[in-house]
Amino acid sequence: MNEEMANGQDQWVSYVARVRDAQDQHAFAELFRHFAPRVKYFLMRSGADAGLAEECAQEVMATLWHKAHLFDPTRASVATWIFTIARNRRIDALRKERRAEPEELPWGPEEAAPQDHVLALQEEAAALGDALRKLPEKQRVLIERAYFGDLSHSEIAEETGLPLGTIKSRIRLALDRLRHAMK
Amino acid sequence: MTMTQTISHHLTDSLLMGYAAGNLPEAFSLVVATHISMCDECRARAATFDTVGGAMLETSDAVAMEEGSLEATMARISAALPVARGNGSTTQPGQMQGQHQRRARGILPAPLQDYVGGDLDQINWRPVGMGVRQALLPTSRSASVRLLYIPAGASVPDHGHRGLELTLVLQGAFMDGDMRFGPGDIEIATEELEHTPIAAQGADCICLAATDAPLRFRALMPRLAQPFLRI
Repeated sequence: MNEEMANGQDQWVSYVARVRDAQDQHAFAELFRHFAPRVKYFLMRSGADAGLAEECAQEVMATLWHKAHLFDPTRASVATWIFTIARNRRIDALRKERRAEPEELPWGPEEAAPQDHVLALQEEAAALGDALRKLPEKQRVLIERAYFGDLSHSEIAEETGLPLGTIKSRIRLALDRLRHAMK
Repeated sequence: MTMTQTISHHLTDSLLMGYAAGNLPEAFSLVVATHISMCDECRARAATFDTVGGAMLETSDAVAMEEGSLEATMARISAALPVARGNGSTTQPGQMQGQHQRRARGILPAPLQDYVGGDLDQINWRPVGMGVRQALLPTSRSASVRLLYIPAGASVPDHGHRGLELTLVLQGAFMDGDMRFGPGDIEIATEELEHTPIAAQGADCICLAATDAPLRFRALMPRLAQPFLRI
């Protein structure tokens, strides 16, 4: 089950690599078909009208093409990476604000990412997605509302029904991975 | 800025989730990004909250893109290419990564330097009395953020006290009751919490403080002078 989903994640990783290495339009079309409509939905849920959401979703996918060389599969799944691009576009286009980004880590001179690191991260992302999918509908909707802009920060803070336990159990893994990567 | 293993006061899950979701006021995002720059643990936790966002995107509904959308996007890509790749750039993909590593030179972490327009020596300090200085940083109005310079042993001035208040130590330390907040530590205070931070003896303290209380346009009154009044 997890393996199957990790394979799915792996496939997106290889498509991004093909866009990066060979400007492969077929691989890009696959990514576009899957992710662009989801980005559009995300933006409309966040208050954009259909026209603006369409335009921003196109921009997000164009950013994927241009920044494919910056995607690091040891640090994020493709879905997570696209989510962060879409989120930043939303803050910029809808809220007209800047978003402060953390300082980058002093990663060592990295050769090609070790395949087991890629696999570990992609499996972890798949497992988290799986755990979220299995949540009771009510809890899942709450998290979705938090991420899709329906809940303000103070509402998130007050919201006792958020099933953060699911997330917390993944944090230990993320910490271990970060420490490992920094060695 | 070097990583420290001694940070003991961290961001809450709700702040990290709000940051990952992109729902925090800009002023809070700056404090969160600055803390993450100093704290590996919160960096890893933040990455996990981003992963939740990715999983939500993956499993969410979809809205059909318009007819010809892919072609329009390819046209967008071609049009932007000369800009994106730059002519005369000889960088290889591997090197680009290094180039994009935004590392601060100096004392202040990179996200803070972006707002200050430089390092500590570029801060436009204004005196607010009792040796305390402040510098308001430009953000959207939904919350405000300022740098505070508090002489060793002096009281941290009242900077809001309503709504949510985040105070991140950049240099020196302050005490709040029994608790000590050193470099990288963040104090998260809500309206209910009665707190009276005082800069520790020995070194002057520099903090980054954000609040979503309405911005008040009068001089800050050091709490030292008004020990019993909440102003």
